[in-house]
Parts: sequence; C-alpha cells; structure tokens
Amino acid sequence: MAIGVKVMKRPAKDVSYVRATLKGMAITFKKMFEPKVTMQYPEEKSAPESERGAWSISPRWRGTHRMLTDEQGRSKCVACGLCPQICPANCIKLVPGEDEEGHRYPLIYEIDEFRCVFCGYCQEVCPEEAIHVGVHYENAEYSRDRFVYDLERLSSQTHPVSTLWDPTDPKGE
Amino acid sequence: MTPELKGLLLVSIIKLLVVFTVTMIGVALLTLMERKVSAWMQYRLGPNRVGFGGLLQPAADGIKNIIKEETFPGMANRVLFMLAPALAFIPALTLGSVIHWAAPLPVNFDFTLPLLGRFVHTGLMPMAVADLPVGILFVLAISSMGVYGIALAGWSSNSKYALLGGLRATAQMISYEVAMGLAVVPVLLLTGNVAFGEIIRAQQVGGFGWFILPLFLAFHNFLVAGFAETNRLPFDMPEAESELIAGYHTEYSAMKFSMFFIAEYTNMVTVSAMVTTLFLGGWDIPFTHWDETPGVLQTIATGGMMFLKVFFWLFFFMWIRWTLPRFRYDQLMALGWKVLMPIGLAYVMLIATAIYLIENVAGISSGLVKMLVLTGINVALGYIVFMVLDRGLLIGGSRERGAASGGLGRRAA
Repeated sequence: MAIGVKVMKRPAKDVSYVRATLKGMAITFKKMFEPKVTMQYPEEKSAPESERGAWSISPRWRGTHRMLTDEQGRSKCVACGLCPQICPANCIKLVPGEDEEGHRYPLIYEIDEFRCVFCGYCQEVCPEEAIHVGVHYENAEYSRDRFVYDLERLSSQTHPVSTLWDPTDPKGE
Repeated sequence: MTPELKGLLLVSIIKLLVVFTVTMIGVALLTLMERKVSAWMQYRLGPNRVGFGGLLQPAADGIKNIIKEETFPGMANRVLFMLAPALAFIPALTLGSVIHWAAPLPVNFDFTLPLLGRFVHTGLMPMAVADLPVGILFVLAISSMGVYGIALAGWSSNSKYALLGGLRATAQMISYEVAMGLAVVPVLLLTGNVAFGEIIRAQQVGGFGWFILPLFLAFHNFLVAGFAETNRLPFDMPEAESELIAGYHTEYSAMKFSMFFIAEYTNMVTVSAMVTTLFLGGWDIPFTHWDETPGVLQTIATGGMMFLKVFFWLFFFMWIRWTLPRFRYDQLMALGWKVLMPIGLAYVMLIATAIYLIENVAGISSGLVKMLVLTGINVALGYIVFMVLDRGLLIGGSRERGAASGGLGRRAA
C-alpha cells in the first residue's frame, strides 16, 4: 500500500498503547457501577412535557390524529374540506353532509395512518381547530385495516394534542 | 476387565458427565454474563425480563435457536457446511477434559454390582477427566484443530464474507499458535514437565510461587495470544461485524450458529483455565500449604479457588472486549509475527540463560530465591517492553509505513 500516512510526533504518554489500554479498562470498570440510563419501557413511559418526568416527549410531537368534540360530544368538524385538500399524502377521506338546520358535518371522515406523513398540515389548516395531531406514540395493532381511523375512533382518543410550531413564537413561549 | 479398570472407568464417566454438564451450563450463563457486563459498561441494564434478573435468558435463546429454521445457502457445499460447526464444537469441548479443576480427591471404594461385577478405586483421583501426561501439548494440538471448523465454515458457505472470515481465522490462529507455544516454553523450563498436575505443583513453592510474576512477559504474551486464538475482541478479525457481516458464520442459522457460539465461549473457558493453570497456580490457594494435603474439604475449597480465578479471566475477556476497538488486520499480523514472536523467542533464551546461571553458576537451589530473581528480571524486561518499545512496535504498521512513504504522502497532501 502506497498510502502516505502522516505520523505526528506525540509525547510517549499519549501514544503508549499499553497505558491507553489500562486507562480504558479503568474507565469501563468504573462505568459498570454508575447509574444506568435504561428506560424500562412498558413500566416507564415517555410523558408529554407538561407532566415532565425523567423521560419526556416534546409538546410539538406529531403523532396519530385526534378529532376534538364540542360540549354535546359532536365533532367540531364542519366538513370544509381544507384538510383533505392540503394533505400531501392524500390520506384523509372526507364526505360532507348537511343537517336540516344547514350545519355541515362529516358523513365519513377517515384517516389512513399508514399513508399519513405526520406533517401536521391538517391541524394547521383547520379553521375550527377540530382535527389535531396527537402527542402519542403507542399505535400497535393486530391487523392493517385497524390503521384506518374513522370519525368515531378519532373523536374518542383522549391523548394530548400537539402544539404546533409557531413561526412567530419559535420557542413556544 | 479388572475391577480396578472398571473403577477407573466409572469415576472417569462421572467426571466426564460433570465436566460436560457444567461446561454447557456455564457457557450458556457466560452468554448472559457477556451481555450483562457489556450492558453495565455502557450504562445499560442488559437482559432482565426472562426469569429473575434475566437468568433464564440463555434458556430462551437456546429454545429459540433449536426451533429456528435451518437455512442453507444455495450453492453451499452441504456436507462441509454441516460438518463445520461440529468441527469447531468438538475440539472446544475436548479441551475441558484435561484441565485440573481442583486438588486431587482421595477416592476409595470397593463394591460389587449385579451383572457389572466388582468396582475398585483406591488412592488419589485427579480432578480432571483425563490426567494426561502430555498435558499442555495436548491442549496446543487440539486447540489448533478448531481452526478447521472455522476455515471449512468459511469455505463451504460459498459466500465472500464467510470465505474472507475463514481465511482470516486460519491465518490468525496459525500465527498466534506460534506466539502461544513460545509463551508456554518458559513455564516448561521452570517446571521441567508438561503435565498440568506437575505445573500446578511447581507453583506451590513457598506459598506463593505463581509464575505470573517470575514469568510476567510470557504470561502477557500468552494472554494476548489467547485472545487471538479464541477470536475475541480486539482480535475478532474472523467475525468483524463492521467489515464481514459476521465472518465465517454469516450463512449459519439456528443451532448450527449456536454451536459456533458455544465453541467460542468454551474456548474462552479453556484459555482462562490455561492461563490460571500455567501462571496463576491452577487450583492453588496462595499463602497456605493446607490445600496440598488431599481431602474432601481441600478439593471443594480449591475447586472454589479455581472457579474464582477462571471467572476473573472470563470477566477479563469481556472487560477487554468492551474496552478496546478491533485491530486492523495488518496490525494483528504484525503484532503476532513482528512483536510477540521475537519477544517470545528472546524471552525463552533469556529465561533459559537466567535459570542456568541461577542454578549452576550462582548455585541457588531455593525455589523462592529463584522466583524472586526471575521476578526482578521481569520487572526490568517489562519496563523495557511496555515503556520503551510500546506503541511503535506493539501496534506496528502506521509508523513504519509513515516513515517509508512519508515523503510521498506529504507531497500528495
């Protein structure tokens, strides 16, 4: 091999292999008795920052969606169609309906969480503050079709919702 | 068959079963210990879900490995592919049979069984399955058999990574055999015998006659060569995850992979026991002569002592593994041939001369004085090797190459 390796002239104590080894061994031995950082996952969990413990997830976390409801328990959604319009992954299916008083409401509102890219645009664009991305990460299911969340499922979620990044208040104060 | 022969067979079979069982269970627990130690050194907890504190993890792993699918690479040489794990596994387990695990136990019995006849055993029973008079030579011979398993695994897999791993393993193990053999020679010079029983007896002089101090450099070389022989980090070239996926066992799955794994850990136990026997007095309890008179209590106590020493070296293996990064392949070879072998050779000459001078010229026959003088020599030699030669030679390569092509490199830069 004709690769020129530039060898620096260093003091012996810095290049000594045996001494470096012993030093390394002393360090690893000491580390054995220091507190561990492992999170015992199913018992300990990351909590949203509001209930900050040893482990926290950011309030800006964008997880699976949640539909907020009004006092009567109906979803706040007015089926304006902005969220399926803006959705870059095209994962929101919305069929609007209208009741006798002329209020629009979603007949079908489904989000395919597999297609979703969790950009949070739906929450950002929503004029009624109805659809939100949630601060939530435990989404395991036994079958794939369980990942298409319908309106009922979206409304019954209780996890906290994301406070999206606000360009006018970048630090979230 | 004479009753004496039958008695010998009986105790041998019992010892065989005990050693085999303890080795297999011990190896299983060692895999857990490895994971635990690595975890603790990295601020983690390690496996702690299966059983109390993860104690049943090896059992879970074992069950998983047995029920897993066995895969065969498309163009693999099936016969050799099946044979290789066995070839790695058998020599590894064979070696456990010659190690003396405790002080000899006086066993006297004389009984008659229906059909089988009379069994007689009198006198001391060495606590090794086979107390071979060739001892260390047997270990050197059989341990080099293990390389066939690895080389064949690499060859038969018909995979580039496996082949490279197998080639590296072959070169590495053969190279370090030399260093290992040369590191053993000073021990033989001092004891004048290759049987493990005699080597241990020679280290009981004056309470503390362990060879680790009078033969420190040989001990060091043996340890380094031992790491290379077992393919453990920092010399795990044959596996080298980052370069060769998993080296020679890339294509292996399920129990066949597990057998390589067991072989590696069994080899670790063997090397630990060898270091203990050759340089740490085997089962000898230091600063006392109580353990040298045979008895049941002594056997148990010395067995415990042996366990502690071997355990320490096993921990040491793991400690090193999770401290040092892997050597470059050329550094590994340079260390073996350009450092360990010359040092080993010179050391054999020096020790032989020193022993001759002490015994024949100075006329000292006291074992303790001899040990002290040799210790003095080793302190001086150790200083030279570890403080003066150190880096430039110990991990050679970059400096020599830098000197050879330094001008070129600088011009290119």
